[in-house]
Amino acid sequence: MSITNLLENWSDFRQQHPSDDRPHREYKWAMSIDLDACTGCNACSVACYAENNLPVVGKEKFAHGHSHHWIRIERYWDNDGREFADQGAQFLPMLCQHCEAAPCETVCPVGATNHTADGLNSQVYNRCVGSRYCNANCPYKARYFNWYDYPTTDNVWPEPMNQQLNPDVTVRGKGVMEKCTFCVQRLTVAKSDARSEGRSVLDGEVQTACQQVCPTGAISFGNLVDPLAKVGKQWMTQQVELNKDKQAKDTAEEAAKLRGYRILEELRTYPSVMYLEQLRESAI
Amino acid sequence: MGKDIREDIAWAQINKDVLKSLESPRRMYWVILFIAIAMIGVAVGSEIYQYQAGMGVSNKNNSHVWGLYIATFIFWIGMSHSGTLLSAILHLMHADWRKPIYRFAEAMTTFSLMTAGLFVLVHLGRLWMVYYVMPYPNERWVWPNFQSPLVWDMFAIATYLSSSVLFLYVGMIPDLAICRDNIHAGWRKKLYTVMSLGWEGTDRQWRNFRITYLTIACFLIPLAVSVHSIVASDFAMSNMPGWHVTSFPPYFVAGALYSGCAAIITLFIILRYVFKFEEYMTLPIMKKLVRLTFAIAMVWTYLNLIEFASVWYGHDQTAKDQLIFKATGPYAPFFWAMIFFGSILPLMLAFKRFQTHLPILFVVSILLNVGMWLERWMIIAPSFAHGHYPWTWDHDQWPSLVQWGIVFGSFGWFTLLFMVFCKVFPSVSMYEVKEMVYHRSLAMKHKPAVKGEY
Repeated sequence: MSITNLLENWSDFRQQHPSDDRPHREYKWAMSIDLDACTGCNACSVACYAENNLPVVGKEKFAHGHSHHWIRIERYWDNDGREFADQGAQFLPMLCQHCEAAPCETVCPVGATNHTADGLNSQVYNRCVGSRYCNANCPYKARYFNWYDYPTTDNVWPEPMNQQLNPDVTVRGKGVMEKCTFCVQRLTVAKSDARSEGRSVLDGEVQTACQQVCPTGAISFGNLVDPLAKVGKQWMTQQVELNKDKQAKDTAEEAAKLRGYRILEELRTYPSVMYLEQLRESAI
Repeated sequence: MGKDIREDIAWAQINKDVLKSLESPRRMYWVILFIAIAMIGVAVGSEIYQYQAGMGVSNKNNSHVWGLYIATFIFWIGMSHSGTLLSAILHLMHADWRKPIYRFAEAMTTFSLMTAGLFVLVHLGRLWMVYYVMPYPNERWVWPNFQSPLVWDMFAIATYLSSSVLFLYVGMIPDLAICRDNIHAGWRKKLYTVMSLGWEGTDRQWRNFRITYLTIACFLIPLAVSVHSIVASDFAMSNMPGWHVTSFPPYFVAGALYSGCAAIITLFIILRYVFKFEEYMTLPIMKKLVRLTFAIAMVWTYLNLIEFASVWYGHDQTAKDQLIFKATGPYAPFFWAMIFFGSILPLMLAFKRFQTHLPILFVVSILLNVGMWLERWMIIAPSFAHGHYPWTWDHDQWPSLVQWGIVFGSFGWFTLLFMVFCKVFPSVSMYEVKEMVYHRSLAMKHKPAVKGEY
């Protein structure tokens, strides 16, 4: 390899969009969350605890910010002078945004966090040394560190609660970073089932735990490459595109009709989670 | 104004004075050593507790993932820059006043780097896996991520540490030979014999020695600049508001030289007293050192203002909010203390009266380093308390006793290494002081007698 070749490759690498060199042929997992439907009931968060063996750290450690809610419900209020009941609240479920240009991936010293061919942002627990640089660089703060050795020393699943642990998911020890995986254990099973039948995963064949339990159906999840998928249709209706850092909602003429946006898009992380703006002003 | 090194001081006298520091220092030496060991005890206890229980006991949390460890890591890395500045840069510039004081500054470089390295380990969640950061051959072809500034850090610090140990050692060979020739038995004799590599002071040896020393000096200067630039890249390369600033590398390098110079002043005064080096660590040298410190303090202040201005007049609203948060939020007292100790206090060093007043300089140099330590902390902590995302806002996080204990103990660890070094190796360069005295006496011979300072 000559020097010119090397420099050209480097400049290509600098100019390219991160997903250009990894075209998502078969799967690009994505999500959309309808904030108008979300009632802030926290069922998604609880389901995530059960599905992914998240340690329940208890009141005191929660207060110290040591919790592990891979999907957390954030509450926001308008500062418009109204009293509590009238004021209502707005809810926003925040999870790992599985960014296409993920800030966490470039900074990990050991490469413990990677981009998969499915467009997931993966975390290899065995490889993690716990520098926490990924969390420092994550604008969404959607990564959670194991501050203590919960499974053994804190005994967060005493008998017989350990019976309900999910055997498909590891239990993480102290000192590693973890985060939402889009329930990768379910995706793997669905993909392998589909492959054995010589087809792709169909829309609705695989659900994330949070999507499964959401009583209002606010969360949709699926394959963005599949033209029949609900998520893909939603993204298309809202004119949200994966590789853009400004969506139609901000620029188009008929922007008022559009509700789709992604959080902190101006940072150019290209998240895979689209939010649909809330329409109702107040629930009460 | 005290007197400078006497030109007519006998060479044998120089040997005798310096070698005496290897024998019986004042009682203060043992007191300092004891305190240092006690401080290390605190840190080791804290670290064992943290290792057993998990990082949670340091009272960081999911939005404040870095804390005092990283701040103190930058502090020690910065401290290590003065040795290179004083010995390598001033060596190339033929500034002869560096000669009596550069040896301990170099030792300071080495030991503060060793202290800084410890903080990287202490900070990791799984420190037993730290070798993953190194590119070692393995059957799975798993390499570290060369895009990550933390990996650059690993390379930079390892290179800088090995080079500065080499620089310190090579510069010490003629002196080790003097030690070897003056001690007749015991483990020291063996140590000096092995370490002096058969030095006899022949012309050929001196010529090779000069070339080697100069080569390492030239190699070390760009390395020192790059090391702290890379530490700055840990921050500047990320997208956190308050860190994502292009001027970070020069700002960090200036800060490093600044805290290093202040530390040299502190250690200068301590060594002068503890080892009775009044004859060599003279006040005119101190005066030059203080002026250097003042100049660097002003450079640091300038770069600080530039950084604030570029954030203020830039279009990054989050970064601007972050700056306002620093100046008015819960961290404001520390922020303004940093401005006071770092930029306002050094102004007094411009006055001649204070440039040689040792008790005042001792206190001021420590305060300057307190300011520089605060600067590092003010880079780390507020950014986590006011990031891009509202979920992190208004959560200021106070470090726990475990963090404070380890930070506190690191000073003991540094002091212990430094004091043991001064007892085992000559902390004033004998051969270079002789050179300096010789050159000055030659200059005096050829010059008509002039009144006043030399």
